[in-house]
Parts: sequence; C-alpha cells; structure tokens
Amino acid sequence: MTTHESHPAPIGEDGLLALEQVVKHFDISGGLLDQLRFENGRLTRQRTTVKAVNNVSFTIAPGETFSVVGESGCGKSTLARTTLGIYPPNSGRILYRGERIDNKNAHQMLPFRRKMQMIFQDPYASLNPRKTVMQTLEEPVVFHNPSISSNQVKERVAEVMAQVGVDPKWAGRYPHEFSGGQRQRISIARALMVDPEFIVADEPVSALDVSIQAQILNLLMDAQAQRGLTYMFITHDLSVVQHISTRVAVMYLGTLCELSPARTLFENPRHPYTQALLSAIPKLGQRKSDHIKLKGEVPTPIHLPSGCVFHGRCVHADPRCAEDVPAARTVENNVIVACHAVEEGRL
Amino acid sequence: MSHLLEVKNLEVKFALRTGDLTAINGVSFNLIKGQRMGLVGESGAGKSVTGFAIINLISKPGFISGGQVIFNGRDLAALSDEAMREIRGNQISMIFQDPMMTLNPVLTIGTQMVETLQAHRSITRAEAEAIALEKLKKVQIPSPEKRLAQYPHEFSGGMRQRIVIAIALLTDPEIIIADEPTTALDVTIQAEIMDLLQQLCESERTGLILITHDLGVVSQVTETIAVMYAGKIVESGSTEKVVRDPRHPYTQGLIKALPGSLQPGARLHQIPGMMPTLTDIPPGCAFNPRCPLSQLICRKQEPPFIAIDGDACTVACHMVKPDASKASL
Repeated sequence: MTTHESHPAPIGEDGLLALEQVVKHFDISGGLLDQLRFENGRLTRQRTTVKAVNNVSFTIAPGETFSVVGESGCGKSTLARTTLGIYPPNSGRILYRGERIDNKNAHQMLPFRRKMQMIFQDPYASLNPRKTVMQTLEEPVVFHNPSISSNQVKERVAEVMAQVGVDPKWAGRYPHEFSGGQRQRISIARALMVDPEFIVADEPVSALDVSIQAQILNLLMDAQAQRGLTYMFITHDLSVVQHISTRVAVMYLGTLCELSPARTLFENPRHPYTQALLSAIPKLGQRKSDHIKLKGEVPTPIHLPSGCVFHGRCVHADPRCAEDVPAARTVENNVIVACHAVEEGRL
Repeated sequence: MSHLLEVKNLEVKFALRTGDLTAINGVSFNLIKGQRMGLVGESGAGKSVTGFAIINLISKPGFISGGQVIFNGRDLAALSDEAMREIRGNQISMIFQDPMMTLNPVLTIGTQMVETLQAHRSITRAEAEAIALEKLKKVQIPSPEKRLAQYPHEFSGGMRQRIVIAIALLTDPEIIIADEPTTALDVTIQAEIMDLLQQLCESERTGLILITHDLGVVSQVTETIAVMYAGKIVESGSTEKVVRDPRHPYTQGLIKALPGSLQPGARLHQIPGMMPTLTDIPPGCAFNPRCPLSQLICRKQEPPFIAIDGDACTVACHMVKPDASKASL
C-alpha cells in the first residue's frame, strides 16, 4: 500500500479509510431575523444547530464490509456523506489510504472521487429520468477519462450491465421502463463504471421487496468478491447487517456506541443500546417478543443530552452517565464500546 | 365456530381505457372473533387492495367486481354508502402506514378523537373526551390529559402511531385492519407498537388483519396467515405451520430469501425474476415463470386449492400433493 506524500499514515497500515474525531453539525437557524429571540425583556440572537455526527472515529480495512446501523435520525446517512466529502466535516480528519481528503478542493478530490463511489437508497430518485441507461452509465467514465474512445465506452457499459444482470440490449431505455430492482442494479452499475475501490451504500435494499432484496445483496457480494471492493454499508435492517458485514458500528444520536466484528456483536452485544436494538428484531417463527423496553424517546440532536447521549433511556444509567461523556474504549479484541457501565464492569 | 368475517371469492378490478385490470382475483378467507390474521406478500401482490375492499373503500376507477364480504351476516360489498358508513370506522376500523398522513395536522388530537366518536354515536363532547382519554391511557400515552390538546406535529412517530391506534379503538371495533402499521417506524418502536397492538387485540377480543411484507412481524403477532402473489392467495393456514413448513414454492422462496436463516456471508437464496405486473399475468399459475418446479400443467391450468394437514392449511399449487411430501426446492 502506498502512502502518499506529506501526511504519514497515523493509522495502521491496513486502513483504507479512516475517520478521526469527525464532527458534522448543521446550522438550521436561518436568516438573522429567524435567529432573534425575545427573552427576559432582551433581544438575543440564537443559533440552532443539529448535531448530526459527534466525534466519530474508526478505520475501515480494505476488502471488508463495514456496516453502520442505527435508527432514523442517528446520523448514519450524514456520516456516509461526510465520509465521501459530500458534506465537509466541521472538525476532525478523513484519510483515504493515509492521505487527508477532507480539506481538498473539488479539483484535488477528482482522483479520489473515482475511487470512492456511492449507491443511494431510492433507485427511483437517484437515476435521472431524462437520461437513458447508456447516458447515465457513460457519463462517469467519460468524465474521469476524457480521452477514452466512444467505442471503448460502449463496450464498458455493455460489460458492466451484463455483470449486474441487466441485458445490455436495454441500454437505450429510460429508468421508468425498469422495475425497482432493475433500477437498483443500474445504480450499482453506475458506481462500478469507474472501477472504484470503495463504495458507500446508503440503504441500498430498503426500498426493495424481500425476493428482490436477496438478488441485490447477492449482486453486491459477488461484485465485492470479483473486484475486491470495500463497502461501507448504511442500513437499519439488522438481519441484512448480520448477513453481509465484517464489522458493525452502532450509532445513537450521532455518537458511536459500539464497534465490533459482526459475529461478536450479534452474539454478545455489550452496549445497552445495542442490546435493546438487537432484541427488537422480529424473528421468524418466534412467537412472543421479549424485547428490551427503552424508557422515553429519542432526544433531538439539537439539544443533545449531557454526558452519555443514551443515559436518559438506559436502564443501567447512574449519575456519572449524566455528566461524563463515555469514551470509546477497546474492551476486548476489536470490540470498542462507549459506555461507563461496561467500563466499570457494572455490565 | 362461526365466522365474524367471511371473504368469499373477492374480485377487484380497475377500469382502464385499455380494458379492465384485475387487481385481486378470487380471494377468500375467514376470520373468527378475536383472531389475528396476517396478509403478506410483496408490493403489488394485492394485499392493500384486499384490505380496502373489505371496508368497501376502493376508489374509482377501481370497483369490486365479484364475490362477497360477509360481516356479521351482512354482505359489505353490496351495502349502500350510507349503511357502509355505519360499519366503517365503527365496527371495522383501519390503521394506515404513515401516521402523519392519517392525522389531520390542523386539528388537535382531542378534536379528532371527539369527531370520530360523534360521527358514530350521539354523545356530548364531554362524554366523548372521557372515552378519548381512556383510550389514550390504553395505548400508554404519558399525561394524556395534556396530550389531548396538542397537535400531531408535537408527537414523535411512535406516539403518533399510538394515537392512530387509540382512534381506531375509540368505537370498540370488532376488527382492525392494519396496513403496514410499523413500516415507517424504527425497529425498537416497531417492537413496542406491535406488542401494544397484540395486547390490545387480545384483551379486547378484537380481530386483526395485519397487512405487511414483513414475515418476521407476522410470525410474532398473528395466529393465521395468508400469502398473496399477483392478486391471489397462494397459501394460507396457521402462521406457525406455514412459517415452519411452507408448502407453496413461492412461500418457500420468500422465507429462504430472508437473510438471517443462513450462515453470514453465504449467497442468499433468490427467487429469479420478479412479480408480474397486473397487465401481463401469465396463464396458468401466476408464479410458474419463477418457479423451480414448474411443469407443463402449471403453464396451462390455474392450480386449485388443496387442503393439507387436515384442513389446517390450503395451498394453490399443482406440485403439492394433498398429504404426501411437500413440494421441495
């Protein structure tokens, strides 16, 4: 693995992508007039920020399927987009093969864009309805290789279409002529067109039916085996995660609670939130669910709770949890948990 | 045991310029008092249309073109709009997928609940509010008195769905039809809502028709199941039996396609192709182009319903023999 120029890789040699203390907040306070509040007889200016991702760090190894799970609003999609540089992080660093990419301008990012691709959730929204499949698929290739001949492009489109299981004869058709599953195959083909190394898939099968979902997951696993791809897989579907992941990161309110190898996580979840989440999966042929009931509701990411973000809903919380933010610590081989109770041995 | 609801050969068509399109074709099932049934299938299988057809809520250009929906001895498919209004939302109520779309955003929860009650009973506002309060307590909404005066946007998704359930329960219905009630919710909230729905149906002896694509949820909550494919029921019976030992190749494929039953990382079982659209349903068995067991007869003749396990289950498949070994993949 080559380490590029000035920044020596601060992470292990094995990291393809590393996030260090990444923070992403969104200012939603609007214009000056929206920010003004009248309080105690005085006019004050208040900013409102959504704290979507807070101090998240992890390293993704080449060839692995790294899943990020959590419920809606936990910041997993923001994390995916920040990783790819679609959103610039407020602080923290993102390194690709040891090179910092979060501070690059659009031009400097180009070679990285080619290596890092994304597949989106809704294949109805992510394909341009006015472009034929051919146009959609040739655009990234031509953009990244301006010197390529049109015959080569056509060949490449046909090759990738065949690989994802869409008949190359249909290249002249428009997205509306395809079913949801086929559209998702086309989105996958678009990501594969530029021979990427790393693909971020944001809920790629959530919009699909079970039988089609299995087809797409198989396709993703095949593509990974053939091309040695590395995936960052964002999803809320835990049975999918269990099936395809090497490692799993569990997020709650923008914070990483637990990061473990998939098998360890499902066999022995350590963080109280992970335990509750896993217990809630409906299982086939299991009559009554004995899921762990959480107190209260998910707080808003605008006013994050003090201390551990989960303390208000956690059955194991004590006064310390309300004050100190738990650090993500390695508790055993490759298992990282951010929880005071686990750290103190109470859990 | 007499049936509370009997759906017989129900058929729904949509009148299009190009001719009538059959959305559901000969759907039959029964529900006894207090029974919980799951209606599963993939999108476009006709589950929601079946749910709507039961309460005669098929909007134009759709219409019920055949069959009966017998509820307490009356055929709902033949009732006048006025007579139907007495039953719909009163004896049979419905819960939809997205609670934000169901609730009126400009009325308080209290107003919406009182309105529903007053539409069906001649009671005063105070009496209606008392009932509303009692139902909100039943669905475990904290400080219900305060909540009655609030608007839907002041509630979280899970709380909104609880309110929708409370509204469905207002008139003490005999059947609740729940169409994907937890699909829009997170998994921890889903578990809570499903628990609640099941508990309430048990304690009030309310029948439940749960429409969903999630076999896991169905197997946890329901007693009977009907699997739909391309507008027809292909397999039905006790949930436990069908899930443990599915007989129809489609049900078998659907269950095998779920991740979680296999070694992680293994190739998932996939059903080739996709469900046909309503405009080109193949002749014979609609599943035959995707079926690994398909024979000549499957392409020619519609399979009849076969009772297996002493009437506990029925399957529509040529390849299933009444009590011999199951169709196997």
